[in-house]
Amino acid sequence: MSNRSFMQHQAILDLIQGMARITRRHLRDKRINQPAMIGIHTGGVWVAQRLHQLLQIEPPLGKLDISFYRDDFTRIGMNPQVKPSQIPFAVEDQHIVLVDDVIQSGRTIRAAMNEIFDFGRPASITLVTLIERSGRELPIQPDIIGLEPPLADDEHIRLQGPDPLILQINGDPGNRGDA
Amino acid sequence: MSYEQLQTDEQGRLRHFLSIEGFRREQLLQILDTAESFAMLPGRQVKKVPLLRGKIITNLFFENSTRTRTTFELAAKLLSADVINFNMDVSATSKGETLLDTLRNIEAMHSDMFVVRHSASGAAHFIARHAAPGVSIINAGDGCHAHPTQAMLDMFTIRRHKGDFTPLRIAIVGDVQHSRVARSQIMALNILGVSEVRVIAPRTLLPADVRTLGVHVFHDLEQGLKDVDVVIMLRLQHERMDNALLPSAHEYFQLYGLTAERLEYAKPDAIVMHPGPINRGVEITSEVADGPQSVILQQVSYGIAIRMAVMSMALGNSSGEQGS
Repeated sequence: MSNRSFMQHQAILDLIQGMARITRRHLRDKRINQPAMIGIHTGGVWVAQRLHQLLQIEPPLGKLDISFYRDDFTRIGMNPQVKPSQIPFAVEDQHIVLVDDVIQSGRTIRAAMNEIFDFGRPASITLVTLIERSGRELPIQPDIIGLEPPLADDEHIRLQGPDPLILQINGDPGNRGDA
Repeated sequence: MSYEQLQTDEQGRLRHFLSIEGFRREQLLQILDTAESFAMLPGRQVKKVPLLRGKIITNLFFENSTRTRTTFELAAKLLSADVINFNMDVSATSKGETLLDTLRNIEAMHSDMFVVRHSASGAAHFIARHAAPGVSIINAGDGCHAHPTQAMLDMFTIRRHKGDFTPLRIAIVGDVQHSRVARSQIMALNILGVSEVRVIAPRTLLPADVRTLGVHVFHDLEQGLKDVDVVIMLRLQHERMDNALLPSAHEYFQLYGLTAERLEYAKPDAIVMHPGPINRGVEITSEVADGPQSVILQQVSYGIAIRMAVMSMALGNSSGEQGS
């Protein structure tokens, strides 16, 4: 097992800058003028805070903790550090940009969408993730991604932060390419 | 088996919630933090979360209590569990069934959790020791022993209003001797590290060993209330008068009833709490109970969030063991 830094603060900020540009174009193409943004605790919120600022989104940033919606609750129990979900705008008929740090299985996004619908029926959800990686278990794909690093099945990538932001990889890169 | 061993698994995670005894500060804080997230739910369009979908929770009440049973039932339903209510007061035990037989019968109905209230101290503990593995027990009040979810909702209320526990001076007023709520509160307050816990009561309503609980004892209400941050009133039960522990409700009110004038001895921003149901004009005046310093109704709302936290933590961990 090796633990190594994959990307440092400034490079990640550059990446987010690029994601903001693509998100702006994406929303324009979809004729979405006044989106609201929600970040998923914890890493997704850090990315969302910067995107929210860059895109000058008017409604305050929403934050979701999906602990109460996880599908593995009965296997791993309650998250000991659950934080309150706060959505400080009306979800009903609102176009929403949902932000997370890493998408792998897609289960977190499934849980987040279920929770969002318990706040109201959104007009649409656009999914933005900093990192996309292999391992999808559900038919959920991001609309906008920052980067798709070629990771082996045994490797895990994590965003640490909030200041500085660091992308960390741990695990064995040995069978990279077999995936 | 001690409470400590019985209530948590090897990793210190909640399995049963029977008594405050044996818990560490971080564990109690984790319950409060989890409840904080559940307290946000009423602001949403859908107030339920799907956490305990498919679980069955049985309310096993051998002693009447509308309020506690209802908040447990509501908490379970907001977690998407299915709830069965057994009012054992008028059920099997009156037909001569033993507690263990009752337990086995309800276990056969595949319940994942029992919420137990019983007039005998230690009943929930007894059930926890004999319950099937994977079944969690929550104590909703046993005799004069403990009422841990009530104590935790009181801690939640105090933290919401006062923030940090450490500088606080807290007075508990009334029948400490017969109060399972008071015992659990005193334990929780000391574990959470408040500056001082006072109990204020006539000698006949204090347990002989009260000082060993880590409290300062006062027999004079005004002296005891001086400079406190929180006043917790206890319910005076009428049967205490029948047992000749008190001359009359009127005389009790004269000496220990909380009036607006007496409340002035406490800090100006002191909050007034009461586990309910309140006896207006016996332990508290309407002026105080309905006044700006009273947080009595908030306690009821917070009770739902605390019970959701305890139920979901215990059930999440118990099924974790089964699944692996």
